[in-house]
Amino acid sequence: MRIGVVRFPGSCDEADAIAAASAVAEAELLWHGRTDLDGVDAVVVPGGFSYGDYLRPGAIARYSPVMTAVAAFAADGGPVLGICNGFQVLCEAGLLPGALLPNNSLRFICRQVDLTVERTTTPWTAACEAGEQLSIPSKHANGRWYADDQTLAQIEANGQVVFRYAPGQNPNGSLADIAGVCSEQGNVVGLMPHPEHAVDLLTGSADGLKLFASVLEEGSSVPVS
Amino acid sequence: MSQSADQIPGRERAIELALTGAEYDQIVELLGREPNEVELAMYSLLWSEHCAYKHSKKILRRLPTEGERLLLGVGENAGAVEVEGLAVAFKVESHNHPSAVEPFQGAATGVGGILRDVIALGARPVAMLDSLRFGYPSSERSRWLLDRAVAGIGHYGNSIGVPTVGGEIHFDPSYESNCLINAMCVGIADPDRLMRCAATGIGNRVLLIGALTGRDGIGGASVLASTELGDDDADKRPTVQIGDPFAEKKVLEACLELVDADLLVALQDLGAAGLTSSASEMAAQGEVGLDIDVARVPLREADMEPFEIMVSESQERMLAIVEPARVAAVEQICEKWELLCTDIGEVTEGGHMRIFRGEEIVGDIPVTTLVDDCPLYDLQPSPPAEGLYPAPPVELPETADPATTLLALLAGCNIASRRPVFEQYDQIVQARTVRRPDEADAAVLALEASGNRRPAIAMSIDGNGRRVAADPLRGSLDGVLECAANLACVGAEPLGLTNCLNFGNPEKPHVAWQLVNAVEGIAQGCEALAIPVVGGNVSLYNEGPDGPILPTPVIGMVGELPDAERCAGIGFAKEGHAVAVVGPFEPSLVASELAARRGRAPSGSLPQVAAELILAAQQAVRDGVRSGTILSAHDISDGGLAVTLAECCGASGIGCSIELDELTDEALFGEAPGSGFVISGELAAIEAIDGARVIGATGGSSLTISSEDGGFAVDVEELHATRENGLRPYLP
Repeated sequence: MRIGVVRFPGSCDEADAIAAASAVAEAELLWHGRTDLDGVDAVVVPGGFSYGDYLRPGAIARYSPVMTAVAAFAADGGPVLGICNGFQVLCEAGLLPGALLPNNSLRFICRQVDLTVERTTTPWTAACEAGEQLSIPSKHANGRWYADDQTLAQIEANGQVVFRYAPGQNPNGSLADIAGVCSEQGNVVGLMPHPEHAVDLLTGSADGLKLFASVLEEGSSVPVS
Repeated sequence: MSQSADQIPGRERAIELALTGAEYDQIVELLGREPNEVELAMYSLLWSEHCAYKHSKKILRRLPTEGERLLLGVGENAGAVEVEGLAVAFKVESHNHPSAVEPFQGAATGVGGILRDVIALGARPVAMLDSLRFGYPSSERSRWLLDRAVAGIGHYGNSIGVPTVGGEIHFDPSYESNCLINAMCVGIADPDRLMRCAATGIGNRVLLIGALTGRDGIGGASVLASTELGDDDADKRPTVQIGDPFAEKKVLEACLELVDADLLVALQDLGAAGLTSSASEMAAQGEVGLDIDVARVPLREADMEPFEIMVSESQERMLAIVEPARVAAVEQICEKWELLCTDIGEVTEGGHMRIFRGEEIVGDIPVTTLVDDCPLYDLQPSPPAEGLYPAPPVELPETADPATTLLALLAGCNIASRRPVFEQYDQIVQARTVRRPDEADAAVLALEASGNRRPAIAMSIDGNGRRVAADPLRGSLDGVLECAANLACVGAEPLGLTNCLNFGNPEKPHVAWQLVNAVEGIAQGCEALAIPVVGGNVSLYNEGPDGPILPTPVIGMVGELPDAERCAGIGFAKEGHAVAVVGPFEPSLVASELAARRGRAPSGSLPQVAAELILAAQQAVRDGVRSGTILSAHDISDGGLAVTLAECCGASGIGCSIELDELTDEALFGEAPGSGFVISGELAAIEAIDGARVIGATGGSSLTISSEDGGFAVDVEELHATRENGLRPYLP
């Protein structure tokens, strides 16, 4: 099992994503300029400020050459995880529903939050229990998940909500406390909080390891629908 | 020389550029002729207080700069000490005057500047800490400065992927027109790869890496940083630089790749005074000359004059010395990171800085006259006849009962939780943060595991202007000891410190007196701890129309601990533990937070406890934390014992019952920073600690403090909520 972690100019959490992925599998960086994924079995689009978040978070990075390969990989059912800026990039790329707006406080907020796992049939949550709570740090200025009523109703009906902030812990004003969603097929997952920063009790929590362990459990055997 | 270079700006222009007439005469004598516009611009900046330390250099010689673990000391871009085979680089720097004019960009570029100092060593920045000072938040201007400066720090640090792991904020009316923004960066490097700034190798190329050069920040060091602020500060806004953290992130990654590939001879950041300062410092350190062609410098604005290019303070630029054969490899890495990399000159023999515009020489200065020959001034220290600082407004009556006083202190802007501030900072990126802000007295960052041990570094930044105002020497010594106390609470041993000396106008005798004594106090602190000053910064002329700021030496200290699994936090570990005070703690209300709230000016005698006794207590705490017998530790500082106990309760949600000999204001709210600790753990283990005086036990849902004469109790939830909400109204 090899997990590739995309690196854009301005990525900040890619080394931490590599470290987290290395706890369960081999991991390697994928430079944004490349047009293939070096045959990895899963892809993480990490946090940070790709291209300085100029224009709009993720708006420039989605045009990086590597994103074409990521989109093709996702279309083939390959497991893709977008964390924070990676989530924003995947939404901008149209691989995930909704958009991430500025936090309702208009401030960057760094805070440990509890997430409720809403769906376990994704390659990134298979090792979790439904309804389980994970303690994961959240840190962003543009994390308020938003979609129009129809889209929201649709993804709720399809079971595409993967994580919600525990009651009272929504840090940014996301609709329906949504912290993470998945694609219709379920293989592409994005969330604002940072599971790669919750892989060591010494630094606060090890709950995030479950996401990386999940992809190992599923391996590349995710069914292509 | 050309027509334009021949034009002589003259003495009056020199004085406009903040040089004195005598300094101008000296420049003429050194050159053997009058300087042209380019040369005068270069002298005016490098001979500014900010670059030349002309009023502080002589007294700074008092500071110890040698240490057993020192890898790189004063004179380089930042200092470094050895920890577990790694080089830990660190430095604190001010960006006060730019922030007073434009707080968001001022603070942001302050962060950017100190990051580049650490990057210049080839070190990866792993932590930021900030020390901020503002007027009382009841003032609209102070709230604006606080809000925008914090946003600026967050904007830059968060975007570049360096966690802000600690810091401190203090509010006092003396900072109303002159806020302080001090930023400290800590980095980690391979000791064998530490870069120096000396340009060497005649014929080597000078490469400018990073952002375009524009007109921003021209004259920042001389106009902003080296004169007093006044009413026309808005006019100075164009001298404040604009930061681009994305550009800096690329500079950071590219430079570390260049260092890793061993492609550089020397590296230096462009900070105050831009190319002039960086190039001349590199040349001076290497005892060589440099030829710089300004026509090759990539510009943001096409029609810039040579002197503007030489002094521009455009951000996110580095200067590298590279062997000719390696230039192509350097360019390749810069191209990968989509960064400009331009060959702008050459290392030469003869020790001259020669500035060219194409073929034409537009400036020619012996490097030593720029860097070494600036006149150094003797200060004329004299203690003030009476208190320099007016009494602050009365906010808390002397007659308030202890519980009311305690809650008022906890809600007050100087003690309330900084959560609304530090939540705006990424505290965890890079995955090393073991202790986040408010969890412990010092930040703790884990290093690579060594066997089953997780060695770590700890860091703290501190300063107490009120105490330094009351007694500059003792107040400054206590500031150093308090930083060491913060480290002791997480089991860390100090290795070195960096300082930022924020003072008023040193040409005034009472400010000179504060400065001289503060340096003496810091020096005594270093000697007591046997640690060096690894580098730092001086920020003078921090005065507005209403007088000088409180004298504010800020100390940033770095230490090591053998195992991050054992670093106590502030909060009590569990119910039923013994609570004890350790240390030769002689609390006093002089210059305390309570005194300020009661409207008393910061004056009087501070307790003069022998440093050896204080250090013995710190050793006991450090040993106890490391062995696991002490399970919570918090040094008694602002607000005294009662506030410290309230914080131990609030951080854990566990109450305690405390029995004291007496419930005087001194016993409850008196301060003596660095010398006293509240610790907790199993009774037998705590009793066995040398000097520990058990004062009670943890448990219950309230903080109860009593003596034979009575007592009081406050619910822990109320204590916690009061402290948590104190600053919220100002950062909604």
